[in-house]
Amino acid sequence: MTVAPNIEAKTTNKRKGGVSRWSRIMKNLTFIIPLSIFIILILTSIFAPFIAPHDPEATSLTERRLPPAFIEGGSTKYLLGTDSLGRDVLSRVIYGARVSLSVSLMVIAITAGIGTLMGIASGYLGGRIDGFLMRVVDIAMSFPGLVLAMLLAVALGPGFFTVVIALSALGWAGYARLIRGETLRIRNSDFVAQARISGASSWRIMLRHIFPNVLNPLIIIMTLAVGMMILAESGMSYLGIGIPPPTPSWGSMVSDGRNDLDVAWWISTFPGICIGLVVLSGNFLGDWLRDKMDPRLRQL
Amino acid sequence: MSNVVLQVEDLHTSFFTRMGEVKAVDGVSFLIREGETFGIVGESGCGKSVTGLSIMRLLPEPGGQIVGGKIILEGKNLLELSKKAMRAYRGKIVSMILQDPMSSLNPVYQVGDQIAESVRLHQGLPENMVEPEVISALRLLRIPAPEVRIKEYPFQLSGGMRQRVVGSIAMSCKPRLLIADEPTTALDSTIQAQYIALFEDIQAKTNVAIMFITHDFGVISRICDRVGVMYAGKIVETAPTREIFKAPKHPYTVALIHSVPRLDQKDERLFSIEGQPPSLMNLPPGCRFCPRCTVALDVCKEQQPPEVKISDNHSVSCWRVK
Repeated sequence: MTVAPNIEAKTTNKRKGGVSRWSRIMKNLTFIIPLSIFIILILTSIFAPFIAPHDPEATSLTERRLPPAFIEGGSTKYLLGTDSLGRDVLSRVIYGARVSLSVSLMVIAITAGIGTLMGIASGYLGGRIDGFLMRVVDIAMSFPGLVLAMLLAVALGPGFFTVVIALSALGWAGYARLIRGETLRIRNSDFVAQARISGASSWRIMLRHIFPNVLNPLIIIMTLAVGMMILAESGMSYLGIGIPPPTPSWGSMVSDGRNDLDVAWWISTFPGICIGLVVLSGNFLGDWLRDKMDPRLRQL
Repeated sequence: MSNVVLQVEDLHTSFFTRMGEVKAVDGVSFLIREGETFGIVGESGCGKSVTGLSIMRLLPEPGGQIVGGKIILEGKNLLELSKKAMRAYRGKIVSMILQDPMSSLNPVYQVGDQIAESVRLHQGLPENMVEPEVISALRLLRIPAPEVRIKEYPFQLSGGMRQRVVGSIAMSCKPRLLIADEPTTALDSTIQAQYIALFEDIQAKTNVAIMFITHDFGVISRICDRVGVMYAGKIVETAPTREIFKAPKHPYTVALIHSVPRLDQKDERLFSIEGQPPSLMNLPPGCRFCPRCTVALDVCKEQQPPEVKISDNHSVSCWRVK
């Protein structure tokens, strides 16, 4: 009588163990693959001059629209073919990683910085400051980003910093909202009350007690934003209000190739694949981090 | 008689809400002497915690406001201090222990750092003197192996241990007054007994005045020298603990003590007080306990009872007491 349930318990445990091992491998894969893609992306952008076989901006009018090496008519000189001006697609994709990464990192640093500052101030100080800052956030969020980007491109002229400014100008609002919510939650917790009891000033509490506790969601959102910002930069470059030619950017490369799509699909396709892969990796990595950092999902 | 540390005179604290003014504390007076433990007992919402927060001047904002009275701590009226001066008082001269040890510690810092925060804020010690001070604060609360504990994070500690750490933070700068807001409620009864013994120990060592807020008469009987019974924002009876239990005068005190289950009496239906406390927004003109009082007179409905001194340290606000 007493033995039977024991045995049953053991077998179900075993089965459970098997399932969880398989799912653990799957979980790790969804983290390892995106992480490797990110590391490759970072290394590629740092060492672009050493990896790229050609100058990404050098044209060769005699070698226009050459197909990739693995297709008939292609040569190993241009592994991924050439574009309509005879530039090496591979080299341009490699250099394009630099643009994408530097734009997105810069925008994320600016937006997260401003957003966190405003969010904590708004949530902790409350009252009129909160009311004012949140109305500014409302305005920023209701403003069409693309229209602002176009305006800025016209006013400042297209360029690297125009893209950064255009994406940062409205991007901080989301951070501010998120961090404000977190701050409101933390500000009512007993350890903040305890800090006030100990005689800590508002500044000190915001810096020492609230900021470290909003880091988790902040890091997750920042990771998710990498993909979004690369996508936004590509979108702007595709529309011609991004990084001006001849600097290679994935978005402008996709745009360049669209007239030749029927005769030279590779010009648009390879940078497009890169955008897709990196954005997807960013999202996977962000999701993984969220699962990892959320104490409710974490198993100790 | 030893020195008076805290004197609260006719304290009025209100919350201003959209529905109107809520008089959470309505004319409370009491004093606490050096080395004494003064208990404030009452049911939920009677203004016990608000009294404590008023003394700390940490009422929830916006809305909470001290509208009148005096809070004299060590000869200084706290209500006249600037925000900055009050901050220097908090933690150093008056400190507080909150109810829930689970959330009173910041999860991202080591225990030692959290105690050190208060030490650094108030004592202006050179950095190499901070750690010995932190360790001695942990020793005061009888935390074993303090050198190891300071490197631990709150999640690594048990509930009782966390509450002791919270106590160490409160006592780290040797305050003159310690406000303990139901510090034992979240602890199980074994740990509770230990914790109370700890309070006595700390008091013997530091001569700190303790204001002990609770709703538990058992805890009161063990630790408090004197007790104030609070009902609907007023202290209705103040007396030495022994007298409160032996000869309670106010009908509310009598009823409260009767509703505590006892081991030495036969199984009977436990006494309970009929009805609800009055809404603090719409108080009756007379005695606040009148609607629930079994011995109410006509005068109770119309006029608030005056405070009657029965003896030197026993006073009651009731028309029945002459």
